[in-house]
Amino acid sequence: MRRFRIWRRRHAHDPLVCRAFVELVTDYLEGALPQEERVRFEAHLAECDGCTGYLEDMRRLIGSLQEAPEPPPDPATREALLRAFRELRDA
Amino acid sequence: MEDESALLERLRSGDESAFEALVALHDGALHRVARTFVRTDAAADDVVQETWLGVVRGLQAFEGRSSLRTWIFKILVNTARTRATRDARSLPFSALESDTRPAVEPAAFGVDGRWSSAPARLDADPESGLLSRELREHLLDAVERLSPDQQAVITLRDLVGLPAPEVCELLDVSDANQRVLLHRARARVRIALLPLVEVTE
Repeated sequence: MRRFRIWRRRHAHDPLVCRAFVELVTDYLEGALPQEERVRFEAHLAECDGCTGYLEDMRRLIGSLQEAPEPPPDPATREALLRAFRELRDA
Repeated sequence: MEDESALLERLRSGDESAFEALVALHDGALHRVARTFVRTDAAADDVVQETWLGVVRGLQAFEGRSSLRTWIFKILVNTARTRATRDARSLPFSALESDTRPAVEPAAFGVDGRWSSAPARLDADPESGLLSRELREHLLDAVERLSPDQQAVITLRDLVGLPAPEVCELLDVSDANQRVLLHRARARVRIALLPLVEVTE
C-alpha cells in the first residue's frame, strides 16, 4: 500500500492514457475525482478523439437508461393491485 | 413525468389511473432490486406485490419527507430484507465488487495504453441525442444479464433516477463501492451493445 502511494505520487503528473481514462469516467461524471485528477482527465479529453467519443457514448447510454420504458406488469397482477387500491379507497 | 406532489394528490384522492401509471413506472425496477435480496423470481414477485400493498396502505400517512420513489423503494428493501431473513436465504450484498474485469477489453489498447484504433461508437439517434432506437430496445436485456448487485445499483441510479446517497443508504453500501458497481454495470452494458453496432467503413 505504501509503495503504491509513493508510485502514485511519483506518477500523479504523468499524462493519462486511454486505458486509465476509461476507468475514471464514472468518478468524473459523479464529481468524485480529486481536483488534480480531474485536471488530468480533462487535459486528456481535450487531446484524444477516441476518449471524447467514449465519454459521449457513456453519457448517451446513461440518458437512454433514464428513458428506457419498463415492461408493464402482467394483467393479473395489475388487476389485483387495482382491486386492493379500490378496496382501501372505498373502505 | 408529472410533478410529484400533483401525482401524490391524485393518488390520495383515489385516482386509479394515477396508481396504474405509478405501477407501470416502477414495477420492473422493483423486481430487479428485489432479486438482489431473494433467490427466486417467485419470492421477488411476492416481495413486489407486498410492497405495492404497503404503498397503497401508507399513502395517506406518507409525509413527503423523502421523494415518493425513494419511499417506495424503502418499503421494497424493508419487505425484501424481512422476507430474506424469514427464508434464511438472504443474499448478502457483496462487501466488495467481485467483478474486476476492466471497463474496456484490454485488446483495444496498445502497449502504450492508448486506443490501438478508434474505439467502436454506439449508434446515436440525432433527434433525441440518445442511443439509436435499436440499441435502446436492447438496454434492459443487457441490464438483466448483470450480476444482481450491479443490476440493483444501475436500476436505482440510472433507471429510477435516485441520487447516490439514497442508493448507498438503501443498499447499505459505501459511497466508493456504489460507484464501483455503477461503473462496472455501465461498462458491461456498453460492451453488451457493441455486437449490435453497425460497422461503417
